[in-house]
Amino acid sequence: MGNNLVLIFGAVALFISSMVGLVYVPQILADKELVTEQYVPSNIKKGHKIYVREGCVYCHTQQVRPKGFGADFERGWGVASLPEDYKGLTPHVLGTMRTGPDLANIGKRQPSRDWHYTHLFAPESVSPGSIMPPFPWLFEVVDENRITNRKEVNLPGDFSIQGKKVIPTEEAEYLVDYLLSLNQVRTEE
Amino acid sequence: MKVRKFDSAAERRNFIDRDSSKVLLSFFTSGMIWLLIGSTLAIIASFKLHLPNFLGDISWLTFGRVRPLHLNTMVYGWASMTGAGVALWLLTRTLRIVIPIQKTILTGLVIWNIGLTIGSFQILGGYSRGMEWLEIPFSSAILMVVGLVPLLIASLTMLGNRASKHLYISVYYIIAAFVWIFALLLVAYVPDFDTTVQGGMNWWYAHNALGLWFTPICLAAAYYLIPKVTGRPIYSYSLSLLGFWTLALFYNWNGFHHLIGGPVPTWATTISIAASVMMIIPVVTVAVNHHLTVVGVFKRVINSPTLRFVVFGAMSYTFVSLQGSLQALRNVNEVIHFTHYVIAHAHIGMYAFVTMVLFGSMYYIMPRITGNEWQSKSRIKWHFWLSAVGIILYIVALQIGGIWQGFLMNDPDIPFLEIVEKMKPFLESRSVAAILLTTGHIIFAYSYFKIIKRDSSEKSKIVTQNFGD
Repeated sequence: MGNNLVLIFGAVALFISSMVGLVYVPQILADKELVTEQYVPSNIKKGHKIYVREGCVYCHTQQVRPKGFGADFERGWGVASLPEDYKGLTPHVLGTMRTGPDLANIGKRQPSRDWHYTHLFAPESVSPGSIMPPFPWLFEVVDENRITNRKEVNLPGDFSIQGKKVIPTEEAEYLVDYLLSLNQVRTEE
Repeated sequence: MKVRKFDSAAERRNFIDRDSSKVLLSFFTSGMIWLLIGSTLAIIASFKLHLPNFLGDISWLTFGRVRPLHLNTMVYGWASMTGAGVALWLLTRTLRIVIPIQKTILTGLVIWNIGLTIGSFQILGGYSRGMEWLEIPFSSAILMVVGLVPLLIASLTMLGNRASKHLYISVYYIIAAFVWIFALLLVAYVPDFDTTVQGGMNWWYAHNALGLWFTPICLAAAYYLIPKVTGRPIYSYSLSLLGFWTLALFYNWNGFHHLIGGPVPTWATTISIAASVMMIIPVVTVAVNHHLTVVGVFKRVINSPTLRFVVFGAMSYTFVSLQGSLQALRNVNEVIHFTHYVIAHAHIGMYAFVTMVLFGSMYYIMPRITGNEWQSKSRIKWHFWLSAVGIILYIVALQIGGIWQGFLMNDPDIPFLEIVEKMKPFLESRSVAAILLTTGHIIFAYSYFKIIKRDSSEKSKIVTQNFGD
């Protein structure tokens, strides 16, 4: 019987040690003021949900490594990420894969709302050779004469649809609101 | 406790194997179906990475949903269910006891399957929880956790009531694995964390799911099957205990090496890097035991379908673990982090190691619990070679491509889209690998459904024996 108890308690104790060390201690040490007291408008929260829903995180990180570690800074992807960059939004979208570029400061790097709509509807129309999937369900394709509240999406020659125009849905607006909000506003470096 | 007397060890084994067959076949059949689903999703996801418009209009088949579902079906369906079956079988053998509470375990498995099915539709429907390895939302994940409870109870009951005096090393790994996966899921699903702390928890969990659940089960299987089939004792029993305790001590501190350079405390990543390097101790002890036990009887390895797969898996474990220690180092990580290299690394772990060991274990267990024999030698060969060549192609393509990708990304003068372009041939090779692997799985599934349907009165009990099992 002695062996049984050594095995069970040993396994549990070693498990708890890393659970406390790597999960709970960082939670206790986290600076609450920085991460929870940010006001986040609802459109950005909704955009973040769509970012999560479509699985953007599987190809895009939002964690810029410090200057001198990789070339994140030199590529213009921004400065080293800090916990407050994420506006307290969960689930986290740090990501671990860069099939596409980091997006931590995409709002600063690519501030054009129209570009984002075009890119989400037909990625290759603005990024030739891109392997990003299109997201046509965030758009409505309507007759070109229909009167709509929202501005139509610019589609270069080959990508436009004869007799139709493409209108972003509310969801596309939220997602782009969220992307534009990723700008690493910092008071100091 | 009813104590049954047997005239011989063989009689006892046969009795226990027959008694557990219903439970084990339920786990294996579930696992097999998830394997086929997961393989289909893998092919879709892989093709989408070089043909982005393939099925591009269907929201629920977008890459960002298919890819996580591939992982979840493989991890919580195929590998967990099959792994749980293999683990239970190993306990019956090493503890010389039948599986208790079988009805409850089967009910648990049904609930687990329902949870995973609902979770799959939730992910495709856009209701993912959004964290890698933890995409299944709380509402359906809770069903999977409920399904695990009977397994935990059964394994502890078996340990308490065992008929064997001695605790074989495999038992340590399996009991710990059942305790750990249960605890891991509780931590991952119950509390709320701040954003970046959640990121850390996410990788602590994901790394441990491999290290504290799949790894121990598969090491336990290798520790049992290698000596069993070769007929030689483990090289050093005391080393094996050192291997277990050092794995328990170091593996669970590894997770933060996924976030080196990220917005998490530097001390935490440093601990993880140190722990990753310390993993060399359990890995080398296991390697000594697994590899030195087969030295000199390699012919036996080639002739036995079980050992072919299991030894391939054991060699992959040594390789993937040493690679893991190396890539946790900051200067290596600077290059390979965020690249396809890491995806390939994960597949050496989950496929070349875990899945191959599970295949091998099933080749050993199935004839014993069904009373039937594998019918076709050539199907086993095809399965092995398609799996082996497929996964080697996968690894070579993506690791070479990934290292190149890492160096290109760290050179700011190279435009990003140029890197995307350069990666396409590697991604295409991966699709070829996916087709090879899936073909192997279909062949295996065919053999599997043949052996469970087969009438045991038929005569050709030749194949397994010919192979030396």
